Amino acid sequence: MSNIHHLTPPPRTAYELELEVLSNEAVNGEYRLLVLNAPRGLLERCRAGQFFHLLCPQMGGQAPYLRRPMSIYGFYPEREELHFLYKVTGEGTRALAMLRRGHGLNVLGPLGKPFTIKPEWEQLVLAARGVGLATLAPLALEARRLGKELTAICSARSESVLMSVDLFRHMGANVITLVDEDGSSSVDNVEAVLNTLIDGPGIDAFYTCGSNRLLKLLQKVGTRHGIPGQIALEQQMACGLGMCHCCVRPFRKDGGIVNLRVCREGPVFDIQEAVAW
Amino acid sequence: MVRLDVDIGALRLKNPIMPASGTFSEDLADVFDLDLLGAHVTKTITRGFRDGNPTPRVCEVGGSMLNSIGIPSKGVGYFLENVVPFYQGYKTPLVVSISGNTADEFAQLCAEVSVPGVDAIEVNISCPNIEEDGKAFAIRPSSTFEVMTKLRRATSLPLWAKLTPNTGETSEVARAAEEAGADALVVANTILSMAIDIRTRKPKLGNLMGGLSGPSLKPIALRMAYQCARATKIPVIGCGGISTVEDAVEFLIAGASAVQVGTATFINPTAMVTMIDDLRHYLEAEGLSSVREIIGTVEDGEQREGIVFMEAAP
Repeated sequence: MSNIHHLTPPPRTAYELELEVLSNEAVNGEYRLLVLNAPRGLLERCRAGQFFHLLCPQMGGQAPYLRRPMSIYGFYPEREELHFLYKVTGEGTRALAMLRRGHGLNVLGPLGKPFTIKPEWEQLVLAARGVGLATLAPLALEARRLGKELTAICSARSESVLMSVDLFRHMGANVITLVDEDGSSSVDNVEAVLNTLIDGPGIDAFYTCGSNRLLKLLQKVGTRHGIPGQIALEQQMACGLGMCHCCVRPFRKDGGIVNLRVCREGPVFDIQEAVAW
Repeated sequence: MVRLDVDIGALRLKNPIMPASGTFSEDLADVFDLDLLGAHVTKTITRGFRDGNPTPRVCEVGGSMLNSIGIPSKGVGYFLENVVPFYQGYKTPLVVSISGNTADEFAQLCAEVSVPGVDAIEVNISCPNIEEDGKAFAIRPSSTFEVMTKLRRATSLPLWAKLTPNTGETSEVARAAEEAGADALVVANTILSMAIDIRTRKPKLGNLMGGLSGPSLKPIALRMAYQCARATKIPVIGCGGISTVEDAVEFLIAGASAVQVGTATFINPTAMVTMIDDLRHYLEAEGLSSVREIIGTVEDGEQREGIVFMEAAP
């Protein structure tokens, strides 16, 4: 066939590595922080919103068999540290919680499309609930590096399980905490908070992760005020690289609904293209 | 220096390790140099666009995996325009896996993908055949013979028939494929299975049933590869639950000339590369100079008329 154009094979971008556990401690009643020692070169490749596919240890049984995707909570090339924040919810995270200092953990990554911050976006707002905030934490670091103004709307069931508030403050973010206990995390109140920001410094872009209610609200507010945004989505995965097509979700694109792979075309997507679940 | 090259009919592979269809794509080039592999085997393509099955498409069961992906495909046009050129960047032979709803559609696609840059065609006759009320072609010898005959006429490229474990007539199906002109047999595909969440009482897969792959499948696929190697004269490519070099060597001893690695790549993306290295070390340790020396060397005594299953002790 004469029209075949030869393509150059792509360079390697993801690595399967055995990393050493530096610590794996509870940070509150629900969440744990896993810190791995990682080569600087690997960490310099990481971007906010990307994930690693973790081969959870098999502690005395066959499960878990498949890897588990885990968004990057922090990457610090200068300290050679890779951080994951997780909640023990199933076999995979239960196995992760068994890891102790000195243990090895096989990781594959960094994987997926990261968040983007356009040069013209100055006022950034991230809004998330629970562990969804973990995925957005590296975005705060990136925003600071780029000199952007960041407001973090952190929502949770209670004050005791509010995640990453100190981290966001440390990154220079304006932090707004909302909890179910006093009703401040209600959709109506989040909308009121957003409207205050829009009327004040303005919002150039939204970022979110993990909450269906927040997604719908940000889509509505974004449409009304012409504010773009991005969402990091989660889905059960097998390969994490795009080969198996297990992790598809529906997206609005080109006037219709298309299935895209969360691992490959995402996990970060345009907020208006995401379909609420 | 140990030789790892093997012949699959007229096609020479530099080593006998290649991916199983559906567990490999251009994406794996992110992790290692794809030219290390014996062959490249694409995900199954169909003539037109296919969206695939509802989610969840995968679940894990006892150290193995169930899937009901449903062969999502961007169609043959996209494939010829984008995927074939990608693999032409490599020296490794390209094997294209195809599927069709009817024998004629299958044959038409076979002809369409018979283009320069494609070195062999793997025909996934393990998927449902619309004309046969959804039964896979390879469940029965007659439908296998019929579709393989049409496929044989449609291309001059080597044809690899990928058989299904969901049959009670393994040897007969293998012989039917050989008689119809298959150049090699890929043995086998996933086995039809199910898993249910006891809390919600819902099947764990969106499509209710799916295919079992991973270590649990290995003894079944190994038995089939052995049966097919004895029943035919064409090369057998073992496939099913191969995760380590020991698994691969078992298939080679059973009579397979090469192996395909599937689910293991999901667990360890570099599993195939490790296996190629380990195979070299195994052969050196055994004092062998070529992988060909172990193919079909199973010490199975005299050939028996039939298989007698031992009854369980009371």
